[in-house]
Amino acid sequence: MALSDRDYMRRQGSVAAVPQDAIQQGALATNKVLRNTYMLLSMTLLFSAVTAGISMMLALPPMTYLISVGVAMIMGIFVLPRTVNSSAGIGVIFAITGLLGLGLGPLLNVYLSLPKGPETIATAMGGTGVIFLALSGYALTAKRDFSFLGGFLFAGFMVVLIAAVANIFLGLSALAMVVSAAVILLMSGFILFDTSRIINGGQTNYILATYGLYLSIFNIFINLLSLLGIMGDE
Amino acid sequence: MDLDWMKIGQAALLIMFIVVLWPAARWWSKNSPKAEQGDWTAALLPLLGVILFVALLVMMVRS
Repeated sequence: MALSDRDYMRRQGSVAAVPQDAIQQGALATNKVLRNTYMLLSMTLLFSAVTAGISMMLALPPMTYLISVGVAMIMGIFVLPRTVNSSAGIGVIFAITGLLGLGLGPLLNVYLSLPKGPETIATAMGGTGVIFLALSGYALTAKRDFSFLGGFLFAGFMVVLIAAVANIFLGLSALAMVVSAAVILLMSGFILFDTSRIINGGQTNYILATYGLYLSIFNIFINLLSLLGIMGDE
Repeated sequence: MDLDWMKIGQAALLIMFIVVLWPAARWWSKNSPKAEQGDWTAALLPLLGVILFVALLVMMVRS
């Protein structure tokens, strides 16, 4: 459905004027996208955990992170949009999330070798889960359209990416902390934005919806891990 | 030397990401729907919750 239920009703003038069938069909389509998204999201997260476990067992070098994330990013930009409307899209999303999981392995091995590392990883993992579940639950029950956040979130993300590029060469831990905190906040905003777009019919493709939510979860986890690592003197 | 190449690789990836995301960022800046009354409060409240929760996690790791 191209229009959200709310927009549809607004354009028709009143709720009473909207045919009941149209409302029911719209609600059914939204529920289907939402159900498929959460199902695919849970499977891709599980798959990432498996590839991360394999990567940790094989003790792959730190360069794996850069290569995996780079290839996953290129696939997400150039391959995924061409395959989202076919069954090949499922294979591509699993390849992307598998690669991102593989890249996590070396990072997690570094944290595990630190004195409080396992505790930090567990806290970051639990924290990410709580943030995602709470924000998704809020977006699902608030019945609001958070698509007005789009401009603010994308502009904020651009600024943070530029700061992150600068900090690769500056190496300031204070700036790293600010960037991590900003990414956690922005990705939290993206969870509200993406979930609200699914509910209001702005996103009707469950593969793209899964990709958006997965990236938010992945970025929250990485940055929470980094923030807790810095603050915990690791 | 390896570390330098890692830094250059990371920067190249992020710059590529900025270039690719730029049109989407411009599109959303121009075409975002206007917030209705109470929308900003509804969005900022859960984000404030996230800030407090992260602060709690930081305190847990430091203790």
